[in-house]
Amino acid sequence: MNSFLNTSRPPVFCPGCTHERITKSLDAALIKMGIPDHKTVIVTDIGCSGLFDTFFNVHALHGVHGRALTYAAGLKLADPSLNVIVTMGDGGMGIGGAHVLSACRKNMDLTLIILNNFNFGMTGGQYSATTPSDAVVGSEFLNQAEIPMDICGVVESAGASYVSRISGMDDGLSDELVRAMEHEGFSVVETLGLCTGRYTKRNQLTPKVIDQMIEQRPSPGGVIEKNQRPEYGNRYRQLAKEKGKFSDPFVVKKLFDMPDDRRHEVVILGSAGMRIVTAGDMVCFAGISGGLNVSIKNDYNITVLRGQSVSEILLSPEKIGYTGIESPTVVLALSDEGVARRQKIFATLSPDTYVLKEASVAIPDTPAQVEEIDFKAMKIKKTDWALASLAVLAKHEIVLNKDMLVFALKSRFNEKVFNLSMETVNKIL
Amino acid sequence: MASVFMEGNEAVARGAMAAGCNFFAGYPITPATTIFNNMLKMLPPRDGVCIQGEDEIASMGYCIGASMAGKKVLTATSGPGISLYSEHISFAIGSEIPLVIANVQRLGPSTGSATRGADSDIQFMRWGSTSGAPVIVLAPKDAKDCLELTVHAFNFAEEFRCPVFIASNKEIGMTKESFDMDDLNLPPLVERTPYTGSGPYVPFAADPDKSPPFLPIGGTTLVRQTSSTHGPDGYITIDPQVIAAMQQRLHTKLTAAMDRITLYEETMVPDTDTLVISYGITSRAVTDAATALAAKGRPVSTLSLKTLWPVPEALLVEKAARFKKIVVIEMNLGQYVTEIKRILCGKPVEFYGQMNGTMIPPAKIMETIENE
Ligand code: SF4
Repeated sequence: MNSFLNTSRPPVFCPGCTHERITKSLDAALIKMGIPDHKTVIVTDIGCSGLFDTFFNVHALHGVHGRALTYAAGLKLADPSLNVIVTMGDGGMGIGGAHVLSACRKNMDLTLIILNNFNFGMTGGQYSATTPSDAVVGSEFLNQAEIPMDICGVVESAGASYVSRISGMDDGLSDELVRAMEHEGFSVVETLGLCTGRYTKRNQLTPKVIDQMIEQRPSPGGVIEKNQRPEYGNRYRQLAKEKGKFSDPFVVKKLFDMPDDRRHEVVILGSAGMRIVTAGDMVCFAGISGGLNVSIKNDYNITVLRGQSVSEILLSPEKIGYTGIESPTVVLALSDEGVARRQKIFATLSPDTYVLKEASVAIPDTPAQVEEIDFKAMKIKKTDWALASLAVLAKHEIVLNKDMLVFALKSRFNEKVFNLSMETVNKIL
Repeated sequence: MASVFMEGNEAVARGAMAAGCNFFAGYPITPATTIFNNMLKMLPPRDGVCIQGEDEIASMGYCIGASMAGKKVLTATSGPGISLYSEHISFAIGSEIPLVIANVQRLGPSTGSATRGADSDIQFMRWGSTSGAPVIVLAPKDAKDCLELTVHAFNFAEEFRCPVFIASNKEIGMTKESFDMDDLNLPPLVERTPYTGSGPYVPFAADPDKSPPFLPIGGTTLVRQTSSTHGPDGYITIDPQVIAAMQQRLHTKLTAAMDRITLYEETMVPDTDTLVISYGITSRAVTDAATALAAKGRPVSTLSLKTLWPVPEALLVEKAARFKKIVVIEMNLGQYVTEIKRILCGKPVEFYGQMNGTMIPPAKIMETIENE
């Protein structure tokens, strides 16, 4: 290929803009790479650097300010065979900082060219994350109150595996871009250039000054030894192969007849760590094995190791509509915290409602039938109270029977945990 | 009878797998996180990619890139995440990038309540983007719906090349329930129409009522994609006629297909004068209320919408025609009811809404209907 430049869309930069030189160097680099046009994609964002994709005859994706790296990552993960080049100005680098840092950590095989010209050219020369504090820019005095960031220093410390800084007018730029593209990992090339339309009108910045800047803060030189590691996509695919195991949906068949086939509303009131949610699942498995429709809602604190844990379960021969609790048929009161959470229901319970109350738990007055059980005296640990109370239900054949409970435990637990839980169950049954 | 037992979020993930989804990127947020967890279990063993973005903006960016490379992509979030998705939703609408967004809604505004449900974002999903161009929003009412509608969502995203939302709710996403797999009614899969013409590929050339045929970035034909106002060739344009045609097509490609996009359930009872319209989790309580009212000798008919956007105007007009009274119930303080009032102008529309972190119980709905 002689050139990847799009002859029908010649560059439209201001005269003397370094972006034009970089366009030509990138073309020269692509020619040297010898990759077919359809194997390269140029991803850009907003600003004058965002025009790059239109000047080339390769795949092109132009998007929102600062987000180019995110599209590039999606493309590369979807098609690892692509040579993905991202151009971004100092503006896009600033607004998309989180994406730059993330790309450095991931080390995906992308080549990021940051066209640093020290200001926002397109919108009127406002200051950017790289504008010197003493520069005269379109943001009045604001840049004087900040310091510019060192792009190479930041990306190197964030984990980029190839980092270099070069004048956009350097004759060696195309070779530098080739090295960056050939590097398998995340490459960042910071080019320093002139924005003649805005910045150099008010600031003494010349090609020579840029060379001096690079002398003062030399390029990290490309490959960063301490950051070498596997490319992200390769690593991801390797881990996915090793660790991935597809989980099929949990299927339960009707195996038993329910002790009664009326609708039940079961409320389990406990605390974090009492395996309330697990017990709730058991009731559901049992119900499905009895041919019922079931639903369960759990209410627990975001800080999962503290506070109440409440499960609300519906079991019904009919399709379940509203999944809230309206008139509980069973309430298991296993901790004061849990009871406090549903304080109001006790007064509204019907005389048919079965309430199991652990001896240490206080409950408000209720018209329901209350059975008090001292699990502690039976040497059942608090973490097993929820399970033990299911065994009590099975003993009375309320909601479930022993076969259904054993089935539920078997479906949820491995053999070891199953045997342990049966020890608790057998203390009751 | 064999039943599966899963929460709505798992059902969305299983629906995505059934639809051939092969890319997911998302950022953890209650109550949507378990969609991500499930995709992370299901995609890698099926050679799919599942990524945690550095934030919601990035997650959508990954999805956009992958979709443009030809992947079928899903992301999942809740209201605060939709806020951050906004710029990329606009991109996907205007640049016709297929993607499916599961929004497991929680109580807003802002960070609101992470573990409390509400249909908070019904208007936000439709209008939370620039330009006013439409999206498709589907509202499931239970776990089974989550699975089925996710397959529909992928089909619509592929055919119409636009973002499709699944408007779930904490009360569906995090509620586990049983359903019979044999009752599942999955539509046949629809894939993006590939470009097969003989001339050069013009990436946004399309019939005035269709989305353009697709070729992936990375294929042998060069593809241009841009978030900027573009002509059929994918280059920036300022030609008012070209712009107008592109803008109009973003609307017409959906409105022309409303009969296929419109999904709903109805229970029309003879000799009733009241139609109760609802959607999502609330429509289940409406069904309970209708059953109880029928037992009390005050039967009503019900319409449960699954397609919320574009508004199924023809359906609403047709279904409401014979009723004297319309009752709208929704789990917010009145979002979709404004659409129904707009379309059924002149008909009396009663409304009950609730925004307190709890579901609307059947008794409240009965009260609203009985007190008309
Ligand atoms: S404004 Fe600055 S960056 Fe933009 S084209 Fe002109 S010189 Fe180049």
